[in-house]
Amino acid sequence: MRLETRKLLDKAFSGLGLIAIAVMAVALLLILAPIIWRGSKAFVFKGTIEHRRVMLEQFGRGNAEKYRAEAAEVAAARAPVYQMLNDFESEMKGMERSERRAYKKPFREVEKGIKVLLGPIPGERMPVLLRQQYGQTRWDRTLVKLHEVLYSEEWDYSNPEAMGVLVEKPRIDLFKGTKLEPLFPYLEDHIEEMMRPKQTFYWQFITDTSKDSHIFGGIWPEVLGTLYLTLGAMLFAIPMGVVAAIYLCEYAKEGRVVSFLRICISTLAGVPSIVFGLFGLAFFLNTIHVSDSKSVLAGSLTLSLLILPTIIRSSEEAILAVPRTYKEAALGLGAGRWHTIMSVILPASLPGILTGIVISMGRAAGETAPIIFTAAVSVGAPLKIWETLSQPTPALPWNIYNLCTEHEAVDEIRHVQYGMVFTLVAIVLLLNLAAILMRARISKKLRG
Amino acid sequence: MTEEITMKKIDTFAEYGEAGPAAETQVEARDFSLFYGDFEAVRKVSLKIPKKKVTAMIGPSGCGKSTLLRSINRMNDLIPSTRAAGEMIFDGHNIYDRNIDVVTLRARVGMVFQKPNVFPKTIFDNVAYGPRLQGVKNRQELNEVVERSLRQAAIWDEVKDRLSANALGMSGGQQQRLCIARALAIKPEILLMDEPTSALDPKATAKIEDLVGELRKNYTIVIVTHNMQQAARVSDLTAFMYEGVLVEFGKTRQLFTNPENPQTENYITGRFG
Ligand SMILES: Nc1ncnc2c1ncn2[C@@H]1O[C@H](COP(=O)(O)OP(=O)(O)OP(=O)(O)O)[C@@H](O)[C@H]1O
Ligand SMILES: [Mg+2]
Repeated sequence: MRLETRKLLDKAFSGLGLIAIAVMAVALLLILAPIIWRGSKAFVFKGTIEHRRVMLEQFGRGNAEKYRAEAAEVAAARAPVYQMLNDFESEMKGMERSERRAYKKPFREVEKGIKVLLGPIPGERMPVLLRQQYGQTRWDRTLVKLHEVLYSEEWDYSNPEAMGVLVEKPRIDLFKGTKLEPLFPYLEDHIEEMMRPKQTFYWQFITDTSKDSHIFGGIWPEVLGTLYLTLGAMLFAIPMGVVAAIYLCEYAKEGRVVSFLRICISTLAGVPSIVFGLFGLAFFLNTIHVSDSKSVLAGSLTLSLLILPTIIRSSEEAILAVPRTYKEAALGLGAGRWHTIMSVILPASLPGILTGIVISMGRAAGETAPIIFTAAVSVGAPLKIWETLSQPTPALPWNIYNLCTEHEAVDEIRHVQYGMVFTLVAIVLLLNLAAILMRARISKKLRG
Repeated sequence: MTEEITMKKIDTFAEYGEAGPAAETQVEARDFSLFYGDFEAVRKVSLKIPKKKVTAMIGPSGCGKSTLLRSINRMNDLIPSTRAAGEMIFDGHNIYDRNIDVVTLRARVGMVFQKPNVFPKTIFDNVAYGPRLQGVKNRQELNEVVERSLRQAAIWDEVKDRLSANALGMSGGQQQRLCIARALAIKPEILLMDEPTSALDPKATAKIEDLVGELRKNYTIVIVTHNMQQAARVSDLTAFMYEGVLVEFGKTRQLFTNPENPQTENYITGRFG
């Protein structure tokens, strides 16, 4: 090949390489940026006085004195609202029956909207549901709810040719000339005084339990569940996987049985995760009864089966990559096979083995299907370590899915969902980072 | 004629007493053969390796020197499908007998390989590896063994200040001497060396050769080499192999200056191989 052509080829290749890396970086950015941006809103947001009330009453956090002072000012700002509601109710009593009837439904809607916005009306009986005991805790949601009080949504079907159109109508138009009319401009103008939005850094989102299925509080049970499941899976999979890899590389005689085993392991790596989930249910729960119901234990075992092939294969590769000369040296010094493995082969292959562990750890933390039938529940308290043997747990991957498919008020708590995604990604990245650092340290020690 | 040519190439011989092959035997091969599958790499070799002498093995590449050497501590066992025939007698036993404990055998027969193969551990841990295997735990004792071995391998002065440094950070020549120290630390009776200097520069080679000269006082050494000069310089006895067969075995000076077999002569004078 001529020098020119060779140079051209080299350049073309490095160009292609750079493009590939750039594309990957952009893709990563496109995926990660929204996750981080939206997820961060679970932690950093404008919190209202209601958020501070939740913190104080439900989590015993915050300065009670300061809260009371602030609450007094807020109550003063809200008082006219309740006054207007009262006044209008008295006004309604004086109306004719038909007129009263016409006002009744729209008025109830306004009243309900205000309860959702500001919380229960002072003096009324406390609602049973926790979520009804507080107004909007977040400023962004406050604005949405305010809008719902100010405008009603109606479907316009006037054009039979087209689909119905959603139109917003100012509610104020319904109450023209009544005592409720000033309520709407008052709400719009004084919402800040009534809610007191303040930049809030709620890092306890990770360590708080959730109240009233994620309406308030954090995601600690999910985080803890994910950690339990991941570490549990590692606890089973690492020893089993590494021992299997050692056996395959060092003890097994090459032959049909070993080739067959290898094929099995490769096949296992390709089995869809939902199949592992069903297997876990059928075997660990229904056949050998590791626990009476779903449990972290059963989930960990199932996950460990899922990641076992990855660990075995990467460990095998790492062990085979250890220079033969190390083995010869050890055996030549009179070391037995077992001792050679423990003192020379394993330490030298540790970085490679760790890489496999890192990859599978991320996988175990993020897998949903295997834990659906074996470990995950939608709501639960954080587990004590011994409870993992018998109790099911919420877990991030499952609850992310569960929140958006089954939660009755998911629109209210999108931030929780994003926060969970963010946390899951962060956990996986952190685990990986830890392992990468560990790996770097070990290979540095090996290299000298 | 032969003598002239040979003498031009070889100028120094190891000076040893007149013990020669008559000395006490350390290892004896009796009609020993080694097969890789169906291929007979060592063919019915019979020889007696004397105690506390340096025995060199020479011969063209692929003639089975390494195979024979590795047969002495059964290193060939590592390669699947190897098979031995005949006997290899060490300490009164055929080491290929079924009831021989290979691990103990290898602890008594140390080996130094062609390429330095230090462990990726500290210098200290490398040398202490063997003694630890043999159950030495006492730190004091370990320190002593390590120092003695490193001194014997003539590397103590170079590494005494960095025993806890990773051995991979040393030069090739140092690594090879460390490997020798490591082999010596298990107090072997025999030291097998397979082209121990082929990866080293002349200076490091000279050091190892001097070392062999020192070690012959206490150890039986079998050394494989491609370097005729080296064989002549360091060995008491030389074995010449060709295509798996032991062609000639005798005192080094005799073999080099007055070989009995024309094949040996051809090889030494550089006419083939
Ligand atoms: N693992 C093996 N499997 C099959 N044949 C082998 C194996 N190792 C060596 N051989 C063969 O056995 C013969 C002797 O090999 P050996 O390594 O003992 O030669 P050698 O004399 O040490 O050569 P060199 O001087 O090149 O090191 C050669 O023909 C070689 O091809
Ligand atoms: Mg060789």
